[in-house]
Formats: sequence, structure tokens, C-alpha cells
Amino acid sequence: MNLQVPVTAPLFKPGDMVRIPLVWPEQKGPCHIRTPAYIRGHSAQIICHFGAFPNPEELAFGKPAQLIHLYHVAVSLSDLWDDDAKQDASLLIEIYEHWLEKLSP
Amino acid sequence: MSDHQHDHDHDHHFPTPESYGLLDRLVNTLVRKGIVSMTELEQTRVETEKGNPQHGAKMVVKAWLDPDYKNLLLRDGVAAAEAIGHSMVGAPPLGVLENTPEIHHMIVCTLCSCYPRKLLGYPPDWYKSSAYRARAVRNPRSLLDEWGIKLQPQTEIRVVDSTADYRWMVLPMRPSGTENLSEEELVKLVTRDCLVGAGLPDSKVD
Repeated sequence: MNLQVPVTAPLFKPGDMVRIPLVWPEQKGPCHIRTPAYIRGHSAQIICHFGAFPNPEELAFGKPAQLIHLYHVAVSLSDLWDDDAKQDASLLIEIYEHWLEKLSP
Repeated sequence: MSDHQHDHDHDHHFPTPESYGLLDRLVNTLVRKGIVSMTELEQTRVETEKGNPQHGAKMVVKAWLDPDYKNLLLRDGVAAAEAIGHSMVGAPPLGVLENTPEIHHMIVCTLCSCYPRKLLGYPPDWYKSSAYRARAVRNPRSLLDEWGIKLQPQTEIRVVDSTADYRWMVLPMRPSGTENLSEEELVKLVTRDCLVGAGLPDSKVD
């Protein structure tokens, strides 16, 4: 934990619907991203707020890392993949707050 | 992931002479630059080798037998590990997810191979394979079927992609017909694979 700065209150609470933006920072240059490609562009539901953790995108390059809120979000696998629309399965995934956008209800 | 060469390198299940050579050069460079010392590397190896699936199995069985401990386990995996005497100093937080008749959790790390190493030791090779990492988030039910793990049709599979600061372990259901087994016998039922939802505890001790 390089830089323990006070963090703002979490933007989301359990039950909120969010979207993971469809963006590709890796096309602009070297980076370290913990948001897998397959989840980008999809909507999900906030399940749990874990607290704030140093931003791995900065830590990976030895930079001072901001604390960022981390959440468990859930999405149905049938929303992620076209080919298995009927399977009864879902995904839980840890996503940092700067990779989440609020979906208007 | 579209880079073929990249995938190919990760699919080697056995280290090659080239990869040992590369590792040697990397370690030598890090030591020469003062980023890491051989003593620190050795300490890390010794610490990691203290991890063992047996610790997780003991925690699972204790949770089956003691509702208070089960609450602790599901609330704070690190505290639950410390409570059985296993040091988690320096480890990432440990989350534990309970399997029920309604929901079966299965852990994967699609980005690399995140795994509760401090508690369970090194992950098995299949856990690190591209095939498991791709299929777990895409066809988990057919994957479990192939492994002979038959879930009830109404059981929802919940794949847990370990992408960030937590490490994840599964609390499997206690098999029926195990009421007369001792704590030691129950621990033998909880294999390494059960602890990440890639197996179910057997109901009999071999």
C-alpha cells in the first residue's frame, strides 16, 4: 500500500445495476488491467462492496497507487455468451470502481 | 489473448530448458539490481510450501461441525484460518463462499492463476491451464459434467473469477451418510479440488 489517501464514499451499493465500459486502454500502450476483456461492455449487479484497495494499474508500474473501491458484481453467463443462452449459470467477479458506470434505473 | 504465441507459451505444462534458462537470467538480473535477494526468494518458497489443502479441509469440517465457526469462516476467511493456527500474515484477504443445493461456486482466475496459496499451497496445473480458464467462465456445466461432477439440474453454477485483491475458497456441502464419521475421517473427504468447487466431497473414506 503505497499511498494511503482518504477515499471518497463508495459510489455503489448492493443491488445497483452497473455497466463495465467497453474500452481498450491496452491499445494505447503498456498497461496492467484486472478487468477481463470478456466482461467489458456488459451490465452487472453489485453484490458486495469489499472496501478500498490500491489501484493495481498503478501498482504494477511501481507508481503511487490510489485506493479504489472494489466490488463483487454478478452477471448471468447467458448475457455474456450468445452460444449458451439457456445454461443456468452466473459469474461473480471483482471489479474496481473506476471500471463501473451507473446504469440508469 | 488473440496472440497465438502468447497462448502457446502458457500452455506448456512442463518447463523447458529454455524456460529454466530464462528464469535463471531473470533471477540473476533481479538480484544484481538489488530488487530481490536469494534469501528473500528462499523465504517466500518456504512460506508458500507451508500452504496445504489440508488446512482448507480442516476449516471446512470445522464449519460443518460448529455453526459459530461457520459464521466466522464465511465472514472472514483470514480470521478463520488464523483460528485453526495457520498464519495468514502477508496474505491477501480470503473470501469463502458456501455451496448449497441452490448454488454451486467454482473458482477460476481467467487473468492468471490467483489462488489462496498462503492457505492451500500451489494451485494444481489444470487450474492454471488456458483450457480451464476459458471453459470455466463459458461452459462450466459441461466442464463439471466431463469431470464426472453431477450437480442437480436446479443447482445454479456460479463461477467466481478471481481478478483482484481477494482469494477465494469454497465451503462444500457435507455429503449425506457421513453422520457417523469422526472429524479426522471427514477431513479426508475434503480434497483439494472440493475447495475450489471443482470436486464434491465423497461420502466414504477410502
